[in-house]
Amino acid sequence: MTPALVVIVGVFVVAIALGLMARRGHVMSLEQWSVGGRGFGSVFVFLLMAGEIYTTFTFLGGSGWAYGKGAPAFYILCYGAIAYSVSYFLLPIVWRYAQTRRLVSQADFFVAKYESKTLGVIVALVSVAALVPYLVLQLKGLGIIVSEASGGVITQAVAVWTSSIALVGYVVVSGVRGSAWTSALKDVMILAAAVGIGVYLPLHYFGGYRAMFEAVEAAKPGALTLPASGMSPAWFISTVLLTATGFYMWPQFFAGVYTARSENVFRKNAVILPLYQLVVLFVFFTGFAAMLVVPGLKGAAADLSLLRIVEQSFGSWTVGVIGGAGLLTALVPGSMILITAGTIISQNIYRVMAPSASDRTVSLVARSLVPVLTLVAVILTLRGGQTLVVLLLMGYNFVTQLFPALILSLGEHQRVSAASAIAGIVAGEFTVVFLTVTSASVATLLPGAPQVVKDLNVGFIALAVNAVVLTVVALATRVRRPVVTELVRNP
Amino acid sequence: MRRYRWLAAIPTLGMLGGVPFANRVRPYVLGLPFLLAWIVVWVVITSLVMAIIFFLDSRHDAELASATAASSDNSSSS
Repeated sequence: MTPALVVIVGVFVVAIALGLMARRGHVMSLEQWSVGGRGFGSVFVFLLMAGEIYTTFTFLGGSGWAYGKGAPAFYILCYGAIAYSVSYFLLPIVWRYAQTRRLVSQADFFVAKYESKTLGVIVALVSVAALVPYLVLQLKGLGIIVSEASGGVITQAVAVWTSSIALVGYVVVSGVRGSAWTSALKDVMILAAAVGIGVYLPLHYFGGYRAMFEAVEAAKPGALTLPASGMSPAWFISTVLLTATGFYMWPQFFAGVYTARSENVFRKNAVILPLYQLVVLFVFFTGFAAMLVVPGLKGAAADLSLLRIVEQSFGSWTVGVIGGAGLLTALVPGSMILITAGTIISQNIYRVMAPSASDRTVSLVARSLVPVLTLVAVILTLRGGQTLVVLLLMGYNFVTQLFPALILSLGEHQRVSAASAIAGIVAGEFTVVFLTVTSASVATLLPGAPQVVKDLNVGFIALAVNAVVLTVVALATRVRRPVVTELVRNP
Repeated sequence: MRRYRWLAAIPTLGMLGGVPFANRVRPYVLGLPFLLAWIVVWVVITSLVMAIIFFLDSRHDAELASATAASSDNSSSS
């Protein structure tokens, strides 16, 4: 039992306690469990949404990519800021619409806008398909953290099992309220951890930030800029745009949006959250320092770089604190994922199949799905071998396919039919699966194209297919809205 | 139509449009290689631009509110 492990277990106990305390005074209906009764003010929503963004991915994956790939990792800093500038306008619209109709899931939104339960089922399936890799990502990160913190005594497999059981217990008990409180704790720890080590390590090993970068550039020329081909500026710009587009398409973000008390919450957050993104900078510093201090981690092992350098520089207690922060970075998004997935399946698939089910039953179904989904994710985690970033990008491609249908639905009138939305999404998803399975890239599909085109992120191809199919079907199934219906619907 | 809202596009255009040009190590700015510094600066600008828009929106909404208090119609928000 290392000191690190003691600290981590301690952090976990605190998180559970917060979860239990958060329950007091609230009856756990589905609405309470999944969207906190819609009473969260700015600070809480900020914590919840900022909390979801700082996942294990940012922490370990961000430093892992800086370590392994250098400058391409910077994309992580860009897409958040861009997504926030969009959120200022997008989220109030979504929130207002959801408020009056008491929606609880992202799929609900599509069902309401397009008046199609089938579309709801499709969106629900897409959501779950994307959430599972995201959850695998969190569990993988958790496995790494616990295993490293124990000094290798606990294998990653055991770490994943115990952490996931703990996660399930936590989620079933407290729902989204607990997540917001734990998120607060997590943010404090993460800020302290990431900023602390990010500030300290370059000074300690190199005497300064510029000195560290000069050393990196000397040891690995070109690490600090984008290469001319492969992860080039073309790749960078297209990847940032793609991930910014997909940012709000994650179903757990929608759930987070629904929790707010008023729409001004989002506007304020849009102003502040870009600055909060800058914490990622310190994660990069750690990755770059690790490049020179703990070299030799190849491929997926790059995700270990942050923990290794901390271990080497500070010893076990600090690893415990970092590990505890890392634990929370897996717990909060992990719990949001499970809550969202449970809610979506019960609300948009189960209820569709059993329309007479009571609210209580649906709520119970949602909560009982949590262990099931976790089990599926654990099995997948223990098999796989991808880096954290690759998993995330795959899930991103899945949810990004919802973007065209969402944007087209935001106006006052229904622009395109449900059939076209469904067709576009299905076509897009099939393309994503095909591209992922064949490990295709623009380069393999269009070998004759100029380099700039070849470097574009392949996710755009799926989006393009989606848009084309959607347009074709939309033209064939024009929506006709009699004036009377419009007056009734838009008073 | 609140034209000032188009300011929100500036951060994206600046940050990404400048990447081909900013893709270099030197000069170091604030201890950071140029590409990284470029991105950081634009992230801060994003926050500033959104703050400006927020401020202008609040003023606009306040004007709308006092205008509708004077008359008795329902107002719709944009």
